[in-house]
Amino acid sequence: MEAGMVTPAPALVRFSGIQKTYDGEHLVVKNLDLDIRKGEFVTLLGPSGSGKTTTLMMLAGFEVPTHGEIYLADRPIKNVPPHKRDIGMVFQNYALFPHLTIAENIAFPLSVRSTNKAEAQDRVKAALRMIKMENLAQRRPGQLSGGQQQRVALARALVFNPQLVLMDEPLGALDKRLREQMQLEIKQLHETMGITVVYVTHDQSEALTMSDRIAVFNDGIVQQIDKPDRLYEHPVNSFVAHFIGENNVLAGTVETVEKDYCRVALAGGGAVTARAVNVSGAGASTSLSVRPERIAIIPNGTSSDEPNRLPAKVQNTIYLGDHALAVLDVADNREFMVKLQPGTHDSLRAGSLTAGSLRPGDDVFITFRPEDCLALDPV
Amino acid sequence: MGLPMTAASSIGADALAKVPLKRRLKQAERARQTKALALILPLLIFLLFTFAGPIAGMLWRAVDDREVRLVLPQTIAALASWDGRDLPDEKAYAALAGDIMAARASGTIAIAAKRLNYALNGFRTILTSTARNLKTVPDPGTARETLGKINPAWRERATWTTIKDASGPMTGFYLLSALDLTRNADGTIVAAPPDQAIYRDVFVRTFLISLSVTVLCLILGFPVAYLLAALPPGRSNLLMIFVLLPFWTSLLVRTCAWIVLLQSKGVVNDSLLWLGIIDAPLRLIYNRFGVCVAMTHVLLPFMILPLYSSMKAISPAYMRAAASLGAPPLTAFLRIYLPQTLPGIGAGSLLVFILALGYYITPALVGGAADQMISYFIALYTTETANWGLASALGAVLLLATILLALVYGKLVQGQQVTGGMKN
Repeated sequence: MEAGMVTPAPALVRFSGIQKTYDGEHLVVKNLDLDIRKGEFVTLLGPSGSGKTTTLMMLAGFEVPTHGEIYLADRPIKNVPPHKRDIGMVFQNYALFPHLTIAENIAFPLSVRSTNKAEAQDRVKAALRMIKMENLAQRRPGQLSGGQQQRVALARALVFNPQLVLMDEPLGALDKRLREQMQLEIKQLHETMGITVVYVTHDQSEALTMSDRIAVFNDGIVQQIDKPDRLYEHPVNSFVAHFIGENNVLAGTVETVEKDYCRVALAGGGAVTARAVNVSGAGASTSLSVRPERIAIIPNGTSSDEPNRLPAKVQNTIYLGDHALAVLDVADNREFMVKLQPGTHDSLRAGSLTAGSLRPGDDVFITFRPEDCLALDPV
Repeated sequence: MGLPMTAASSIGADALAKVPLKRRLKQAERARQTKALALILPLLIFLLFTFAGPIAGMLWRAVDDREVRLVLPQTIAALASWDGRDLPDEKAYAALAGDIMAARASGTIAIAAKRLNYALNGFRTILTSTARNLKTVPDPGTARETLGKINPAWRERATWTTIKDASGPMTGFYLLSALDLTRNADGTIVAAPPDQAIYRDVFVRTFLISLSVTVLCLILGFPVAYLLAALPPGRSNLLMIFVLLPFWTSLLVRTCAWIVLLQSKGVVNDSLLWLGIIDAPLRLIYNRFGVCVAMTHVLLPFMILPLYSSMKAISPAYMRAAASLGAPPLTAFLRIYLPQTLPGIGAGSLLVFILALGYYITPALVGGAADQMISYFIALYTTETANWGLASALGAVLLLATILLALVYGKLVQGQQVTGGMKN
């Protein structure tokens, strides 16, 4: 809804019909079309080998597309060497030059552009201030911690005001706490400086935290490109549903389709009503996707008129601090997860269950709303 | 049950606190250290006997000077109080006559003659003729006259100065000779006469040849090492075999192969003549060119291997990063790649240079008379003329120069040191 109201800014980067193969037999990137607008933070998300890094490398100029053209500010750049593209890049292992000091590292892009000395000095100082490392200017990269090196790499990629900044899994080597802190810092930099960022990661929570839009890659194809909440709430296929967030899968066959909803007979017995997102019609097999936090557990015997009500057997409960998970045996899925958390969904809090009140072997019922159950392509 | 244990452990902690941490660490590490020492002991003993021992022996021989003292002990004692201004007194002459008689009897006169002849050409004749003609011990008071009559050299101050200088037990004579220096009659150090001053030239030549070989190895080796580091493992392994191929044949064979290739009727000259590039055979061997070519060939792997290992450690991400930051390929190479290979360049150059300094066989086989390096002279003095003192002194000077160079290199490298950067 919101997307329609904002007039889209002109595309800064445009991938047009990009294909890439390394061995001449197998396409790593299959027919990629992607627009990235000025000032956007776009994340390329996908499992390893999905083509996301190859896409980034083609944009940076380290790989040449086998077919198609990439435009940067409406200029075709397929044949422009990397050093003339004016794209800043942050590498997975930072790639700080070990023989130069921090200040020299940050000054490097300025000095190769023969920026005048005084201005370069000012900009390096400003960059050091931005990453709060003015006192470490004379250290060498080897003397810094991972997080500090990451900040320097960031400052170095931003100091020459590139049109575009690429980041290739820049936080992969950091521990969890530092990673989360850096995510916020990068996000803040993006917002205050108004830079355009293309970010590659395989970590979906990182993508959800930082991005304006996420392109989900699998098998060389962009499965879906959308805002984080749209991806989570409205995945277009099973891969996206499964890759973004936690997800329960139930296999079944479509019985009837009625407008946006369909009735699905589960392979493991029973039937539910689901939103028909990606089904071809009655008789087709489908995968149902239900998020763990959209499910309520009803203790055995409690009556209810919910349309989706399935018998379940408790396997186990897992305590996770801020919430708990119940692992259930539902239909043919023996690892069906239900999130138990106070105050998730009022109407579904029937019985206000906690992990403590569920014992392995208990027979219970689960229930979820039809709009929270998506009928997608079969896996 | 819990209580006694707590008490015991707290007592233990008190006792522990009294033993300094350093000592406890030492105790804990002792077994490991002993084991480590036992492991390196065979090598240590081996090195002591084959490396440290001979070097110490060489350094000692460079200053050792006991030959004359052994043969002419009384003379040396008598000369101890001589001021060297005039001829020594009658006592010294009498002592010399006595020493010569004794030495003739024991057959040791040649030892002293050889040593004294190094310092003063013709001393051998003086001593042997005196020994031959001195029939009996001169009467007291007539020794000076008798000896002077046998050989007039005994009436010259220089003859006696030579003996006094060679009185030992240690001398700077050989070391001075190795540097083309000598003492004049007054004992001041002066330049040696031009006909004897050859070693400085030889040292300079040795360093120049080593330097040219090092530079040639660097120029030829750098691209090869770069290629080795850049190629995928399969092909780089194949290339590495070619780099190491020279190690599979003996040095002598490799050097002789160059003679076959470079001589005036050799493969290279014949080919050039056949192609019509030259009209007469080029002189490619028995000169400096041949020496440099053959030595470069032999020493190239010692340059390539350290370069390769330093380049292998440089992640390709650095060059990509440089490019993404706007550096054209040449700038990226000069400012990012090259500085990171400096440790390898330094190690390879030092290795090649020091190995080249000691080269003997290759220059001897493919060099002319003007291309012989210091090792040739050291070998000459040890095997042909048995002048161990001079041979050792030349060796000691070479060793000292090499150590100095290594120290300078160490300082330079320390200034450039790359402190553990990211190695992906």
